[in-house]
Amino acid sequence: MSELVPLFVVIPLASAFLIPVIGRFVPWFQKSLTLLVLLFLTILSLSYLFTNTGETLAYKVGGWENVEHVPIAIFLVLDGLSGFIVLIINMLGFLSAFYAVSYINKYTAENNFYALLCLMIAGMNGVALTGDLFNLYVFLEIAVIASYALVAFGIERNQLEASFKYQVLGGIASILILFGVGMIYWLTKTLNFADASTILAQHAGSPTVTFIQVMLVVGFGLKAAMIPFHAWLPDAHSSAPSPISAMLSGVLIKAIGIYALIRLFFNVFTISSEIAIVITTIGALSMVIGGLLALRQWDVKRLFAFSSISQVGYVAMAIGIGMIVIARGGSQTVASLAIAGGLFHLINHAVFKGLLFLNAGAIEYRINTRNLKEMGNLAQFMPWTASTSFGASMSVAGIPPFAGFFSKLLIIIAAIKGGFFFLAALAVLVSVLTISMYMKYQRYAFFNKAHSEDRMKIKDVPFPMAFSMVIMGVLCLIMSLLIFPGVREIILDPAVDVLMKSSAYATTIIGM
Amino acid sequence: MIVYSLCFVLFMVGLYGVVTRRNMIKIVIGLAIMEISIFMFLVLIGYIQGAEAPIITGHETAVQFVDPLPQAMVLTAIVIGLATNAMLLAIAIRIYKNYGTFDIRKVNELKG
Repeated sequence: MSELVPLFVVIPLASAFLIPVIGRFVPWFQKSLTLLVLLFLTILSLSYLFTNTGETLAYKVGGWENVEHVPIAIFLVLDGLSGFIVLIINMLGFLSAFYAVSYINKYTAENNFYALLCLMIAGMNGVALTGDLFNLYVFLEIAVIASYALVAFGIERNQLEASFKYQVLGGIASILILFGVGMIYWLTKTLNFADASTILAQHAGSPTVTFIQVMLVVGFGLKAAMIPFHAWLPDAHSSAPSPISAMLSGVLIKAIGIYALIRLFFNVFTISSEIAIVITTIGALSMVIGGLLALRQWDVKRLFAFSSISQVGYVAMAIGIGMIVIARGGSQTVASLAIAGGLFHLINHAVFKGLLFLNAGAIEYRINTRNLKEMGNLAQFMPWTASTSFGASMSVAGIPPFAGFFSKLLIIIAAIKGGFFFLAALAVLVSVLTISMYMKYQRYAFFNKAHSEDRMKIKDVPFPMAFSMVIMGVLCLIMSLLIFPGVREIILDPAVDVLMKSSAYATTIIGM
Repeated sequence: MIVYSLCFVLFMVGLYGVVTRRNMIKIVIGLAIMEISIFMFLVLIGYIQGAEAPIITGHETAVQFVDPLPQAMVLTAIVIGLATNAMLLAIAIRIYKNYGTFDIRKVNELKG
């Protein structure tokens, strides 16, 4: 099956090229092609995860075989963690694209929208699959350039300003990442993850390696909008069209921020406790400050965007706790519990935050406002939006039996077992903050007295939008199954294994 | 060593431009300068004093060749830099059409 791995990049890239060319002459071409492509890729990633027997699929671009155990080709590697991320990207991409079928009517350039969406997905799939440092940078830039254009898609004042801000900060982040990649090449004379990791292991703890790690933490931290670097996120994510907000908040910051960071720090560098403490600290800071900032927002999408910072903080903190425990030689069970909690929260956040942004888009589609004070009593007129939004709010707030509860529970248990009582207390506290902000959203949007009666005589959203939201609402509930034995072994455990057996990655690639 | 320090100086010049300038075009120029300083650093990584270009002609005099891989990387990175700069400038021009100014202080409707 390893011949199928490049399809994840090639197919969306090719459709991004074909859509503007053919879509001009053939109506419905852009929509149907995007949907078909993303559905196919979702099925492909699911089929990998379900038939997976723990083996790593690697495709050598150009067909160059390893010479004396030195990898020469550019590798595209599909293992448990990549499969997990690729599944999130394509599943959410499909649902957002399906939602966009009717949402995007209010914009003119449909072809460009779908082409940019495909380009962004190609870039993110590339980041998730690549096994080469410079290739990581290239795919990352493909994804972010498409996202810059998509943030500015409405070309109104706010969109343009948000996009400019995003581009300047994103540009600095890319420069720092490229610098880090260059430094790794200078130190190891290789760009392959596996090869670099064996050489970096000999330099573990040297000042140069620490310097590179700091550069990469800052670069990917900017891309993931961790707290000292978060300034662009609320603007960019709230200005984009709603299906794109769902993709940016649900997938992009994780695929090119968190995923790239953990892949490099677990599988390329030797885990050092200093960097682990840094990641835990910025994760905890993001969690708390993002939550506090979200409380005072009245713009729905800005509230969700700040809450994204907070929830991604949970993920980073959990992964950081796992790294600290591994670096200090602590119990493997605790470390794998923390990492499982982080990854589980990552996929949960992708689904519920994607759903919340789609709900915000549905409200904007009907009553054309994002201000909570101007909404009210929508539950009566928009039952699908209201009920799915309720599910998502409960999931993000961590109310059982929704999936968000189990992931937060895992993170808190891991923090307590690892001896990080302060962090566990913070996680509980921020969970309370999260409940309060989503209570506010529910109350003002769906249950309060209507702001103006005549405006509220509206219908629910059209079928494609409702369909995507309902699917994601159901996912919010049934994803809690992921943590139970039987289902856990299919999706979550392979991803955790890749990070726990961090040196196995290098041995597998070099042994090919 | 001096060349490496000059790279760093160039990086700082670009960063200074991005941080202090108010004009959007100058911010874009600052970013481009930062990018170019990194490109120079990448080329320097592969450079070896007294080595030849890595082209096999059958008449090489030196035994050492410079590393060609960073050069390939820089070529790719320049193309990517072109795309990001074009994107930035396109947005800057759109902002100018909307606000009638390039001054970043006057483009402040969002609160960050």
